[in-house]
Amino acid sequence: MTDFLVETNNVYKWFPIKGGLLGKTVGYVKAVDGVSLGVKKGETVGLVGESGCGKTTVARLILRLLDITKGQLYFDGTDITKLKGRKLKPFRRKMQIVFQDPYASLDPRQTVGSALAEPMRINKIVRTRGEAYDEAKRLIRVVGLNPDHLARFPHEFSGGQRQRIAIARALAVEPQFVMLDEPTSSLDVSVQAQILELLKDLQREFDLTYLFISHNLSVIRYMCRRILVMYLGAVVEEADTLGVYERPMHPYTYALLAAAPIPDPDKRKGTPVLQGDVPSPINIPSGCRFRTRCQFATSLCAETEPELEANEAGHLVRCHYRIDFLSKTVAERPMMRHESA
Amino acid sequence: MYFLFKQNPVVVAGSVIAVGSLLLALLSGFIVQPNLWQVEHLDQRLCWNNPAFSWPIPNVYNCSGASYPLGTDSYGRDVLQMIILAVPLDLEISLTIVILATIVGVALGSLAAYAGGKIDELILRVTDVFFALPALVLAIVVMVVLGRTLQNLTIAVLITWWPYYVRLIRSQVLSEKERPYVEALRSTGASPLRILFLHILPNTIYPVIVQMTLDIGGVILTFSALMFLGFSPNPTLPELGNLVTDGINYVFTAPWLIIFPGLTIVIIVLGFNLLGDGIRDILDPRLRR
Amino acid sequence: MLEVKDLRVVFHTYAGEVKALDGVNLTLNRREILGLVGESGCGKSVTALAIAGLLPENASANGQIILDGRNLLTLSREEMRQARLKDIAVVFQDPMTYLNPVFQVGFQITEALISEKQVYEGQLINQRVQELQEDQMRGDRDSQELEIDRAKLQHSVESGKLSRGEAKGLARQVALQYLKLVQLPEPERIFKMYPFELSGGMRQRAMIAMALVRRPKVLLADEISTALDVTVQAQILALLKELRDRIDASVILVTHDLAVVSEVCDRVAVMYAGNVVEVAELRELFANPMHPYTQGLMAAVPRPDRSSVKLQSIKGSVPDLIYPPSGCRFHPRCPKAFASCPSTKPPLIEVQKGHGVECLLYG
Repeated sequence: MTDFLVETNNVYKWFPIKGGLLGKTVGYVKAVDGVSLGVKKGETVGLVGESGCGKTTVARLILRLLDITKGQLYFDGTDITKLKGRKLKPFRRKMQIVFQDPYASLDPRQTVGSALAEPMRINKIVRTRGEAYDEAKRLIRVVGLNPDHLARFPHEFSGGQRQRIAIARALAVEPQFVMLDEPTSSLDVSVQAQILELLKDLQREFDLTYLFISHNLSVIRYMCRRILVMYLGAVVEEADTLGVYERPMHPYTYALLAAAPIPDPDKRKGTPVLQGDVPSPINIPSGCRFRTRCQFATSLCAETEPELEANEAGHLVRCHYRIDFLSKTVAERPMMRHESA
Repeated sequence: MYFLFKQNPVVVAGSVIAVGSLLLALLSGFIVQPNLWQVEHLDQRLCWNNPAFSWPIPNVYNCSGASYPLGTDSYGRDVLQMIILAVPLDLEISLTIVILATIVGVALGSLAAYAGGKIDELILRVTDVFFALPALVLAIVVMVVLGRTLQNLTIAVLITWWPYYVRLIRSQVLSEKERPYVEALRSTGASPLRILFLHILPNTIYPVIVQMTLDIGGVILTFSALMFLGFSPNPTLPELGNLVTDGINYVFTAPWLIIFPGLTIVIIVLGFNLLGDGIRDILDPRLRR
Repeated sequence: MLEVKDLRVVFHTYAGEVKALDGVNLTLNRREILGLVGESGCGKSVTALAIAGLLPENASANGQIILDGRNLLTLSREEMRQARLKDIAVVFQDPMTYLNPVFQVGFQITEALISEKQVYEGQLINQRVQELQEDQMRGDRDSQELEIDRAKLQHSVESGKLSRGEAKGLARQVALQYLKLVQLPEPERIFKMYPFELSGGMRQRAMIAMALVRRPKVLLADEISTALDVTVQAQILALLKELRDRIDASVILVTHDLAVVSEVCDRVAVMYAGNVVEVAELRELFANPMHPYTQGLMAAVPRPDRSSVKLQSIKGSVPDLIYPPSGCRFHPRCPKAFASCPSTKPPLIEVQKGHGVECLLYG
């Protein structure tokens, strides 16, 4: 258990919905509904899902940018679920984040140099202005830009360059873990390739651990070694790359893969597998949360929520059945059908 | 930047007026003797002797002796000199009120927005109470309770003015604090105070600055109105509102008494309004980039 | 059917003159889906807006956009508005901002139909004809009866006028028909709903219905699936493919996503920095990309069905269009650039039938 650098144990984040005259709590947005994940040192783990699945919220919970409603969060073995303020600060610098929007993730009134130097000063990594500046120069080169960029403001750079600056800023505090929240989703394809390669190089050079969040299946496949698929706040499947992409076990994973268009005219899709829209995290379906869109759903699926269970290969899935997607046959999962209670 | 200015002659006019009136305020002590307002020339009351213009009304009293380009008031004082003395007074009071209101408003508003929760609720409710009371009535009550001095006048208008800034900065900070760069700063371990003062406020201050320039004019109008309603500490005080009040009684016999001080108020308020609009226009497209 | 010849568009801004389009050449054939693909700043959206006549005030356009023999750029404002009403329809990326939040969806669809008499009368004839055709397909009538009915309809509309009430009723029927066409469930219910009550995918379908209801000749779809989740995107793309056979329109699909292009389009035009650098039939383009930019783009795209060893990126970044590079605009980033590239702007060279490239390597 402690060879995980970052680990969550059954973590929940429920946002209360207030209603009525007195502001009573009338319901909850169950953004994260029991997620346990672990990232080992040096790994790149992928978190994939569509909007509303909770992956962005999980990212913020791990970084303690939001409070955890229930569950535990561990960093390198230490329980940091409830730490605050000064006690949390040393952990803060070990976990950093790169956001999706390179335009909004930098203070527009701060020069690049200042943006890089500030975290270093806050965390007392450097002592003088001179040291901070030297460090900033080093960092900016590491991400492929040059030192005369330090005096400029964010709006003078292109999207790809801003993202490099954001990565440099994350590296400024010498973190061990970097959360990448859709880091290339708003970039052009050719720039995306540059940034992804940069991220891979940096991981090798600085021994970093990544949690890569995206809705883009191609990018996840390229970057990650192990992947978790989320739907409506829960993990529905977890396996290594080939396991998820070549031998998916959960109908939602299969639907995602079937839907993702491929840049190859010989591989056009047929009728889309999944119809309808993603339900809201306020009204999560009873039993298995995917059953309303699942073509294989049965009455069992409406009654009982399946547990996330592993097969012999370490491939986890949250489904009552073992489904062969090509032949569309459904079999009961051995030893996974729970008798009452 | 420059040609933006050129394309907006209105803004240029406005800023010229605003800057001009500030300069006038600073230099007035050198142009006119500061204590002149206390000297009365009762024999020269309400007269007009400007050769360039004569009023189309009967019985205009012609002054003798010194030239009075804008006529005299009911105490026999040169209206032009009174206006020159009044401008610094008005601007001083106005700037004091606006700056203090901004400081209080920004402090409370940003605290409310950033802290959220109960503190936000508390500050909002207090602000709402002040909003609920009509501004002029509130100011009058304060004046009645505290008494008629210039200081109390300042306090009275200040009390009715700060709630606007609370609302303004609160909504700005509320939206700004959700932006990704704030989250990024939190993740680097920056303290809330640091984030608020070094990062959020500098980014949200522009609408406040615009509002301040617009309010300079508005505040002048407000306390002029108060003076008009009879809360002037001293009716002979050289203040634009006072002069107008004085002139109401003689509107048919000596209209210059209302017209010129009134015109001055209008020009100053207009000037600062245009300046404020211009600043907003210049800052906005740059911000939106 | 639609031909764009040497289209140049310049934006006059405070910062300078942005030469957004530098001589764009395109042809759109009947009933085909043409993909216009490129990265940010390449001018694909500008091209679509120019065709639709929706360029902002500070833009000046030169060249020819020929639809039905007329150069759209020479039309007056009113003529252009009429053309937009009848012949050209646009669907944009973010339906939430392009739908009026205070009106019901159904009302927004019928609005154009009811407001323009000559349009709706033609529209309603078509509607009735379609009903007749459907009757025929169901075997309720035979083609001779169909012809008689159609002639009668033509005559009645030409001689008389439809009352406002009749018009509204018929417009509503047409709208419902199109809501069904875009596969929205329960069209009557959707008709009465407001945009915020619909999900992203449904809103996008409603926008497509709104565009199609006027039976345009040209449909411009600007990044219509970009803001959608991948499963919803798949539905919308499938819808487009189905619709293509049922509507008699040509589609220009603007996107930055090569996978979307591959899924839906018949022909593809690749744009870079204001020029169409390559145009070919879909399979031909993917099998045989000729322009170095196209090659670079394809090498940079990761795939979900294969593990890639390494992604190739194109060095440098998109140029500033206020001071664009001389000659071929791609030459500073081109791995195959040679001596003439900075000085000569390459013309469109047809290397093979239907496959054109703007690159000096080929001529």
